[in-house]
Amino acid sequence: MYAAIVVLTAMGLSLGFVLGLAARLFRVEADPVAEKIEALMPGSQCGQCGYPGCKPAAEALARGEASVTLCPPGGRALAEELAQLLGVQADLSGVKDAVPMLARVDEDLCIGCLKCLRACPTDAVIGAAKQIHCVLPEACSGCGKCVDVCPTECMQMLPIEPTVRTWRWPKPVLAAA
Amino acid sequence: MILRLFRIRGGVHPPEHKHPTASRPIEACPLPARLYVPLQQHIGAPAEPVVQVGEKVLKGQLIGHAQGPVSAPVHAPTSGTVTTIAPHAAPHPSGLPVVCVTIEPDGEDRWESAPAETDPFLLTPREIGERVAAAGIVGMGGAAFPSAVKLGAATRTPIHTLIINGGECEPYLTCDDRLMRERAVEVIDGVRIMLHGTQATRALIAIEENKPSAIRELKRAARIDERVMVVRIPALYPMGSEKHMIQTLTGRELPPGRLPADLGLIVHNVATAFAVHRAVRFGRPLISRIVTVGGGALREPRNREVLIGTPIEDLVECCGGFAEEPARLLMGGPMMGQVIPWNAPVVKGTSGVIALTREEIHIGETRACIRCGRCVSACPVGLMPLEMASRIRADQFDGAVDHGLNDCISCGSCAFVCPASIPLVQFFNFAKGELVARKTAQDKSQVLKLMAEQRQARLEREAREKAEAAARKKAEREAAKRAEQEAAARETGT
Repeated sequence: MYAAIVVLTAMGLSLGFVLGLAARLFRVEADPVAEKIEALMPGSQCGQCGYPGCKPAAEALARGEASVTLCPPGGRALAEELAQLLGVQADLSGVKDAVPMLARVDEDLCIGCLKCLRACPTDAVIGAAKQIHCVLPEACSGCGKCVDVCPTECMQMLPIEPTVRTWRWPKPVLAAA
Repeated sequence: MILRLFRIRGGVHPPEHKHPTASRPIEACPLPARLYVPLQQHIGAPAEPVVQVGEKVLKGQLIGHAQGPVSAPVHAPTSGTVTTIAPHAAPHPSGLPVVCVTIEPDGEDRWESAPAETDPFLLTPREIGERVAAAGIVGMGGAAFPSAVKLGAATRTPIHTLIINGGECEPYLTCDDRLMRERAVEVIDGVRIMLHGTQATRALIAIEENKPSAIRELKRAARIDERVMVVRIPALYPMGSEKHMIQTLTGRELPPGRLPADLGLIVHNVATAFAVHRAVRFGRPLISRIVTVGGGALREPRNREVLIGTPIEDLVECCGGFAEEPARLLMGGPMMGQVIPWNAPVVKGTSGVIALTREEIHIGETRACIRCGRCVSACPVGLMPLEMASRIRADQFDGAVDHGLNDCISCGSCAFVCPASIPLVQFFNFAKGELVARKTAQDKSQVLKLMAEQRQARLEREAREKAEAAARKKAEREAAKRAEQEAAARETGT
């Protein structure tokens, strides 16, 4: 019996020592959850969540201060992924997938002021001083930052028109069964 | 030689409704007032127009050339004038427009070149592939995958068996049946050209047992080549599905995500074989096809040889018009066909135009699932449609994928047998679309993230360079000042 006590105590002490050592040696600086969350976020730093960018939003989420439904561009799919990652039950019924929007320049009003070009977080606007600007639809995240800075209101957010290639079947609507 | 056949799981026996069109010969359709030729009639990248508005075109002239590795060119179906190149209603359930070349026929129907016959067996397999690609041939069973890409796969992986799909398991459709009966010699010629093109050792032409005349005609025509064998297969829906035809003939099940070429097989439709015969032997592009115009709402259901681009309205008109207002207008058969807009044109993949009456579609009221399991025994892939549908209803797409959503072929057998009239296959189509949409959104978000990071890095670099330049300038200024002061000090000193 004494042998067992000694062996178990010795094991506990030595394993505890090893664990303590490992915790010191392999210490992780940043919050890994926050990093994982940031990897899921759209990353366009649009600020629609109310935080200054995706990283602060991810940190707030990791601390449990923000709701998983905070990111409008991420929509329902992101909210689901976040809820799964954080192991929380989220009420997703209120989350509607925002209609994806793209910025477009009205050529008649653009004065080529470069303001939108500087504001765009993904370099989606091309143009030069006193030249009419243009938005690359592939690069536009639809965050709307350009609309806020445009002095002539020539920048508009327009919903993406579905084409035969992007059209998807709607969900069948069932009568209350 | 008798080929051993293998059973597939599931399957259904929908009422055939084939006799109104199966007993009548194929008839031509008069030239319509306008032809709308879509630039995208195939899977892959759309063709790029090479004609201008106002240009005169001749029959068979190239009007759109293929772009990218998976694409197909488009040719003028008759001679006439190009009036517009603009979006027009597509034969697609969304009813959204696609870019079409509109041709106003001049009535002369003049070919671009005189007919010239070449011996296809003197050509190399590569040349056959090139001719098939140049003729714009796509899979004519409905999927419209560019045929030359499939034939080209034979140069990478060796193909031992060419399977010719004469299943035509969809109700109402008889266009392949009539083609095999009336043009058996040409079909067999096309099969032999494809055998030469793929260097396969044998060809199996599989025909459902409910088409005895087609089997007889093709067997007679196939006597000239002992590599070609006509196989009678059981009539069961969805026998015409590529996967199920392979399983019936070889006993091998195509693993998920693999192509028939991985098993040394290649599957083509009989109508594709006919198009290959015309293209390779006579140099004629794919500009017409046989379409079953059927359904109870039609006055004179027929098989018609139709120019690509003929509006459905004109096609219905030349079949005597409607006896009653159709409740649903479909392209393809009633099991997998799609609801299409009125003014859409016939395309290369149009096997049928079916106008159904209210009694024929008999949509029952959807009731609750009682888990009777009929859909499970009907599913030809061995899935559990009821489980998948209940997950999709709750928007749990990952759960549906775990139950095999990606293996679903959308054949509609489950919805056909469901006693509660649950739109099962509609749920699966919705979920598949949603998964694709999510994937595209994710891909775009990855790209945007990269762009945002690169922009951030560039801004930081610019700021750093600016600061460095400022520091350098400041140092230069100070050095100049110091030098000035020293010079002044020296001057006062002397």
